[in-house]
Formats: sequence, structure tokens, C-alpha cells
Amino acid sequence: MNNLIATTAIKARQLTDEEIHEIEHEKTHYPYTQAVGLEALKIVQKYQGWVSDESLLAVSEYLNISPDELEGVATFFNMIFRRPVGKNVILLCDSVACWMLGCDSLKAHFTKTLGIDYGETTEDDLFTLIPVPCLGDCDKAPVMMIGRETYRNLTTDKIDEIIAEYRSKN
Amino acid sequence: MVKITIDGKVLEVDESKNLLEEVLSHGEDLPYFCWHPSMGSVGSCRQCAVIEYANDEDERGRLNMACMTSPREGARYSIEKASQFRAQAIESIMINHPHDCPVCEEGGECHLQDMTVMSGHNYRRYDGKKKTHNNQYLGPFIGHEMNRCITCYRCVRFYKDYAGGTDFGPQASHDNTYFGRWQEGPLESEFSGNLAEVCPTGVFTDKPFSKHYVRKWDLQTAPSVCAGCSVGCNTNPGERYGTLRRVVNRFNDEVNGYFLCDRGRFGTGYVNSDNRIKESMTRKSHDADPYLASTEEAKAQLQAMAGSAIGIGSPRASMEANYSLKELVGSDNFYAGISALELGMSKQILDIYGSRPVNVANVVDIEASDAILILGEDLTNTAARLALALRQSVRNLGKQMARDMKFPEWQDAAIRQLTMDRKSPLFILSPHSTRLDDIAAHVQIGSAADSANIGFAIAHEIDSSAPAVKGLGKDEQALVKTIAAALKEAKQPLIISGTGSMSPALIDAAANIATALNTEDKKANIALITPESNTLGLALLMGDSTASLDDAMAGESKSAIVLENDLYRRAATAHVSAFLNGIDQLAVLDSLKTKTGEQANLVLAAGTSFETSGTFVNYETRAQHFYSVFKPEASIRPSTFWLSDLTLAEITQACAQSIVGGEGMSHLTPDAEDLVDMKGMKVPRQQHRYSGRTAMRADINVHEPKQEQDEEGIMSYSMEGISALKDATVFNTAWAGGWNSNQSVFKFQSHTGGALKQASNGQCLIQSTAKDKTWSEISETNDVASDFQAFPLYHLFGSEELTAHADAIQEKATGAYIALNEADAEKLGLQASDGVTVINDGNNSGSVPFIIRSSIAPGSVGISVGLAGLDLYNVAGSTLSLEKDNTWTAPTNWKMNNIIVSDKGAV
Repeated sequence: MNNLIATTAIKARQLTDEEIHEIEHEKTHYPYTQAVGLEALKIVQKYQGWVSDESLLAVSEYLNISPDELEGVATFFNMIFRRPVGKNVILLCDSVACWMLGCDSLKAHFTKTLGIDYGETTEDDLFTLIPVPCLGDCDKAPVMMIGRETYRNLTTDKIDEIIAEYRSKN
Repeated sequence: MVKITIDGKVLEVDESKNLLEEVLSHGEDLPYFCWHPSMGSVGSCRQCAVIEYANDEDERGRLNMACMTSPREGARYSIEKASQFRAQAIESIMINHPHDCPVCEEGGECHLQDMTVMSGHNYRRYDGKKKTHNNQYLGPFIGHEMNRCITCYRCVRFYKDYAGGTDFGPQASHDNTYFGRWQEGPLESEFSGNLAEVCPTGVFTDKPFSKHYVRKWDLQTAPSVCAGCSVGCNTNPGERYGTLRRVVNRFNDEVNGYFLCDRGRFGTGYVNSDNRIKESMTRKSHDADPYLASTEEAKAQLQAMAGSAIGIGSPRASMEANYSLKELVGSDNFYAGISALELGMSKQILDIYGSRPVNVANVVDIEASDAILILGEDLTNTAARLALALRQSVRNLGKQMARDMKFPEWQDAAIRQLTMDRKSPLFILSPHSTRLDDIAAHVQIGSAADSANIGFAIAHEIDSSAPAVKGLGKDEQALVKTIAAALKEAKQPLIISGTGSMSPALIDAAANIATALNTEDKKANIALITPESNTLGLALLMGDSTASLDDAMAGESKSAIVLENDLYRRAATAHVSAFLNGIDQLAVLDSLKTKTGEQANLVLAAGTSFETSGTFVNYETRAQHFYSVFKPEASIRPSTFWLSDLTLAEITQACAQSIVGGEGMSHLTPDAEDLVDMKGMKVPRQQHRYSGRTAMRADINVHEPKQEQDEEGIMSYSMEGISALKDATVFNTAWAGGWNSNQSVFKFQSHTGGALKQASNGQCLIQSTAKDKTWSEISETNDVASDFQAFPLYHLFGSEELTAHADAIQEKATGAYIALNEADAEKLGLQASDGVTVINDGNNSGSVPFIIRSSIAPGSVGISVGLAGLDLYNVAGSTLSLEKDNTWTAPTNWKMNNIIVSDKGAV
């Protein structure tokens, strides 16, 4: 690897002990370190919330994968965030079944109540809204996910309740 | 071979190749994007779809991608029946492609345009919004316009998979797919320029060309040979309005295939530079004011010097120019214009090529080699195209694995997946890490003397009749065994060395290993790299004479003619100055102003290799003819014109007769009889679509001037003449009906990706027929009693004299510097803001910057070659020491970030 032209002033950050510990664990699963790239990015995101340039460089240096290679992986997968996101990422399905059952109006409702469009984060950093194509729950459309929780048969009222619940938790 | 039927036509095809390759080889038109003859198939673009029928009864058939299909005996295919699918596929590809052909530099030579027309998709139904991207700054060589991308992935497959680049790649997915760097910045690969040719459309473009762009059909072109190093890549430079516009690859399967390095492609700006000598000048004495000399006056003055003057030749001037000088001054007065060491090594190489039972490796041989040893040659910086070839050699293990598993070699992605990081063995002996370390099985850091010792020991290990080495350490002995075993086991072993390390012993060691590997049924490959485009040619011309520049400077002569040579780059400054001061009458023929030229009484404006024709002899002793691309202004003449009254063809033939193996040099250009259906016509330098001939000078005079005449050559400065498709004996710009891009080259090949049907590949002048093994004796190496051992560091951008004058190269180059180990820097107490003075035998280099390279052994110091600010010859000697200079300030040409190495440490 030879990322030797200092084209930016970006410097790698120090990976935390927890991150290193988990990455080392993942390494034992694969014969090639390149294969650990994606898992390492997921680990970093788990602790940091997103993958900053500094984090990307840190993983790149730690695993000896070029930052360009790692950027390819990071940007290929929608769920690796290369920009900061809110504490709760709302994944609203906009696939066929959900579209037929009104996901557009739900999205409009989110925009009205939270003041954010797709790809945006509320000012209090609580919510980020992102569209996803199909969560595999079409018989209960429209659906969305927040964290590991799936919410089905959504209506605007239900959304208000869910948002209120998350607000009270934080 | 198997017989197949395509749309009713019966063809005999090679079943080890893919159907697309075979169909093209038979002259059929079938569109494609992602496939490339040098890069194999991945089947991603869906353009080469054909219908394959199961049997004679099958009328429906099934859709298959030709590039992913092995032809089956008796199988029936249809190109025609899949045309609707191909049109649809291209329509979807074109959805995001902008309608900017008129302002796009690819327009007129765009593979995407050609394929779109060929597929029959001629009306765009999509009128929605197109996806747009941000473009990146990728350095001085390559422009970026991502909106035009059709995601064929060819750029990545070239840059990463083929050329080993690590700083570029694909990002995101579907509509957002993006090809670039993770952060903006200059591309690091030495082969980035090929992106402009590999990209089927205008995403990657030649940036220096953009600054004075013209369409492909408006360029006047000729078959040329790159003067950037000793490989001699074939090029196709283009001119318009009297200036050189760009250089693209010209296919030669034995020298450069489809690819060039960035020095060759972007290092041509010197031709148009302000530093050119455009008029001949003369003056009575050193201090008198010079005045313009007419062509006749200048030539007469030069010719009058014959008899008393010595002639100093040049490794960057053509065979013909050197020969003419030799004839003018007489053999006894002709000196090689390179140091005794360099001339000695060049002759040593010629001797090895002629007298040892070895095969001199061309690029095909290199790519077929399955175990390689490099002795002290930094190939990426001294013969870059060969470094690119080595990246393919190490893949031979993977290809063998594929053959063992019975799947075809063109399955590129599959083989890479199968192979992972297993490679054919490559061993490097070098004083510093190189840009090939990432594919090497082992890199042994050591001085040239150490490397030579290991080399001699390897030869002895392979064949015990080779001289033995005493006193090797335990680790070294183990390494010798490993390398010897790998080379012996290989089907086609390859040894690479050269003059780069300035060590004759290293070249001898390489020769002994290659000799040792010779068996009844196997000749080992050897490639010995020389510094410049015609170094070996110059050595051949010298014949038995050993007269070097050193000898010339030691002589008493009061009159000298210097041919295309800046002596200050070849010997210590004080030494050259003393010599030139003693000369009363100094004539210099050159294309660029040099320090040597400043001292001349007579300066003659000479043409560059783009404005003259002639012959270069490359590292293999391959003689190749280059044709002048355009005629410069009248006052600039070829060196051969100044030196001789003969025509170029006459000089070539006379020169051929005067040198060993010269017979091969006398048939490089076709005679009039060789061209079919001549009817008095010549080969045109301009395409049949060349435009504006009557208008291009209308701002000066509305009368159209007579076309420039090429009185001597087989080519004409015109668009009239023999059609290239009818006769490509002289292979100029590739073009065929429906194929406007460089992809059309397959129409000129006997088999897709293989040799050209007609054009000359050049001719190797020395081919060994030796059967007996002879050995070089191990020379005594004296330990030098100095603090530091020096070794040269070469740079692809900056170390070569002419190309260093190109603006684009300047942007990538840096000034002189030294490199040393961290511990030594600490010992000297060096801080980042310090300079270093190199002192040797009382000579002082002046202060230069330093970098830390962790791979360099303690006690070794690398000194840059050819970069402005420090001349290696000025610090030659036996008592090298370094001194810190803390009053030093960095010169403006010091650009440390331009030094791309894998072991640079922080200062």
C-alpha cells in the first residue's frame, strides 16, 4: 500500500481498545485481512455512530487496506454512514407495496413534524430519515425500521406515537 | 481449432479464446465495452450479446455474452438476432450519458459513439433528469468528467488490476457509481495516462492535450518511437498548426502492446517549449556577440570543421545522426559522448547478448515469465513499461492454476478470485525499496556489490561450473538457495538488470545466472536495461573503439562538434568547463538550449525525434524506425542534414553496413516496391477527414500554400495517398469504418490482440546463437573507506533530460535530493528544515534537501539522478561524507510530495 501523496491534511484517529479488540476478533474468521474491511467499518460505526474520514483512515492503516479500497466498500453499502447521523435512524420503506399503501404521505408527515427530508437530520440530532427499498414485510405495509425495531401497518397517528416514545426515551 | 457457424457463415476459430475475440478476428463487427484484449473478460456491459442455438433444430436459441463464451465445435450462433437486445442494453447505458459530444474531447474517437451507432440505438427516448456527479482534480495528467461514465469498469480493471494502482477505485452503487480517488489529488500510478485510452468514452482525458485540443481527424500523425527510455515504445504523436499536440500508444505486440508510461505520453511538451533552439547562431569567439546564421552559412561553417574537429556523439540522437557525425569527423575522432563506465557497460551488454546462450526478453517474453529476478534495476523509474509487464508475469501462477482446473485464461475475474494473493515468484535485489515490492516474493536490500555477490552465488548454485563466491552470510546463503530453486523450477525464468546501478559486476552476475539456467531445451530470458533511447545503438556504432567522453575530455583537441548532448549532465561540472574552455571552436547541434550550447561558437538548430526520421536501438538491440510527424520551421533541420549531404535512406543503409548485425537495420522501412498498388502514391500522414487545409493559414494569407513535401521518405504530409486499410505496411493512426477510436487496431492485427498483419515490429540486431556456456569472472570489489556508500535514485518524472522540460512532467517532478536511513539522519542531527551537503574527494555538492527512506540500509545514501540542483558526477569519488547545513532554505522546485515511494518516513 502506498498512500504517500499527502493530498489532504486528514490524519487517522486512534482506534479505541474496544474497536481494536473486536476487529482482532473478526480477523480470526477470514484468511485475508481485506475481507475484514467491512466488519471493521461496522464496528467503528457501532461505537462512533458513523464513519468519519479519520475513522476510515484509521481502519485503512490498521488493516493495511488502501483508503480508496475501503472507501469503495464503505460507499457501496447504504448502511455504512459516511456522514454523521442522528441518534435514531428512521429507515422508511419506499418500495412497491409500501408505495401503494401510502408511504409518500408518511414521508410527508415526517417532513412536516420533524422538519427533515430524506438524508437529513433533526437539529437536536435525534432523528435521521433515510428511504430503504423493501424491508421484507410487504404484507404489513407500510413499514419502517428504527434501530433494530420494525414498525408495521403504519399510519400518521402511529408515527406520532412512535416519535413521542423515542423523544421521551432520550 | 473448432468450426462454428455465425449467421450462416462457417468460421474456424480457436476454442481457447472467447467468442468475441474470435468473431472480431474474422473481421465481423460486434460491439463491446468492458472486454479488452489485454485485460480479458468480465461480462459486465452486456454489449457483445449473441444468440447461441442448442442444435440444428433450435430456432429460438438463448442469449449469451460472446466475451464469456468458449466456442463449441459445430455450434451455431447469431449476431444479427441479438441486435435488438444490444440496442436496448445500450439505451439503458445511455440514460445518464450527457448529450455533450460536440464539446467532449472523446468525440470523433469515442468507442461509445461507435458502439451506439453500431447497435442501432439512434434515438434517445429518455427525456428525464440525468444523474450528475462532482469531478475530481486528479493531477496534471488526467482530466475527469464523471457524468459521461457508463460504468464499464475498464478504468478500475486497468488501474488497479492490471497496473497495480492503489489510489483509485469504484465507489457507491447503481446510479451513484463513481470512479475516482477517495480524496482529490494526483493519481500515483506511473501508467495513469492509459486511462484516457482505456476509457471507452470521455471520462478520463489527456489533460495537457486539453490545453490545445483538436479532433483526432485534424491531427497530422506518423509512426514514432518514444525517446524517453531504452524500451522504445511505439507511439503515434499528433501535430496541428506546427505544434505537437499529444502522444498516444501505437500497437506493437513485441514492445509495448496497448500501453505507455506517463513519461512517454506526457513528456513531449519540450517540443513546443520556449527553450527550443529555433535558429542557428554563430560567433567569432567565446566572448563575441552571436548573430543569426543562415542555413547555408551554418552548414558550411560546420562542414569546414571536419578534419580538425573531434565529434562527440549522443545516446539520445538517432543512429543516422551519430553515424553522420562519425563519418564527418572520421572514426578516430569520434567519441561516444557517455562516460567510460557507461560505454563499458553498454558494450558489456552487447557482448553478453551476442556470446551467451540466452534469449533477450521482449515484452511478450517478460509477460510469459514465471520466475523473475531483478538485480539492482529500479524498473518503474528506468524502464517503466517493463515494470507494467512484470505485473502480468507474476499472474502466471494464477493462469497455471486456471489451466489445471480447465477454465480459460480470459476469465479475468474468476482467475483473480481463484488466485487471491498467490503469485509467481519475483525477487528483487536493490539498495532501496521499489514500486514493485508489493508483488515481490522477497526484496533483499543491499549495495550493488552485495547484490552482485548474491547473483554470482545464485549462478554457482544453479550450475556449479560457474565461479563460486566466498564469504556469504548464513541468511544470504539461504536466500541464494531459495532464488536458485525458484528459477530452476520455472518454465520460463527471467533475469533483469541494467546500467542503473552503475555496476558492471551486477550485469556480469545477471549474465552468469541466465547462462547457468540454459539447458538443452530451455534458454533463459534476460533483459539488461540501458539509460537512453539509443544507448545500445551508440555502443554498436563505436565498434571496437572505446573512445568515451572521458577520453575526449582528456584529449588535446581545440575543435569539437557536440551532437544532441549536454556534456554537463554526463561528467563533473569543473571537468567539463575546463574541457570546453580549452576548445577554440565548439559546434553544438541540439533541439534545446543547454549549458553546453551556451559555450558554443556555432549552434545549429536540430529537430527533435518528432520532426526528424531515423532509427533508435532499444535495450534488446531492436532497431526501430521513427518517421517525422511534422516539419518544423525552415530554420530547424535534422542533425543528419547539418552533418551530411546524403539522404536519410542513404545514411541508414551506410550505417547499417558499418555495424555488427546492421543488416537488420536496412529493411525497417518499406521500399516503394513493397507497397501494393502504389501508382506513385505515398503513405499519408493526415487522415482522409483532415479538415481546414485551405483555411488554416487564411489569417496570414488567403492563398493556400503548397503542401509540405517529404522529399526522402515513403510518407507524405498530406491526406492523399494509400489507404491505411488497403496497405498498412506503414502503420500510422488506427482507423476503420465504424471504428473511429483506438479500438480499431484489431482490424490491423492478424489475430485480435496479436501481431500486426503488415507493419514492422523492428528488428533485433544481435541474436545469440551461442550454445556454449561462458562465465564472467567475479571482479574484486574494494571496500571503500568512506562514511557513506552512494547509490543512484532515478525518477520517471525528471531524471530524463528532454521530457523533464515538459510542463506536465515538471508539475510531477521535484528538484535534486538525497535519501537516507532514519538512524543516519539522527546521527547527523538532521531536522526537517536542514539541508545536506554531499562532500566527496574535496568536491562539494552544495546543499540539497533530504528525505528519510526507511528501507535504505544504514551507511547508504541515495542520490537523485538528473534532477535539477545536484549532479551525481560532481560527488563521484571514494570518500563520501554528508554534512548538515542549517542555514539552508528549500528551493522552489523542491516538492517532496511528488516522490512516490513505499517507504518514505516522516522527517
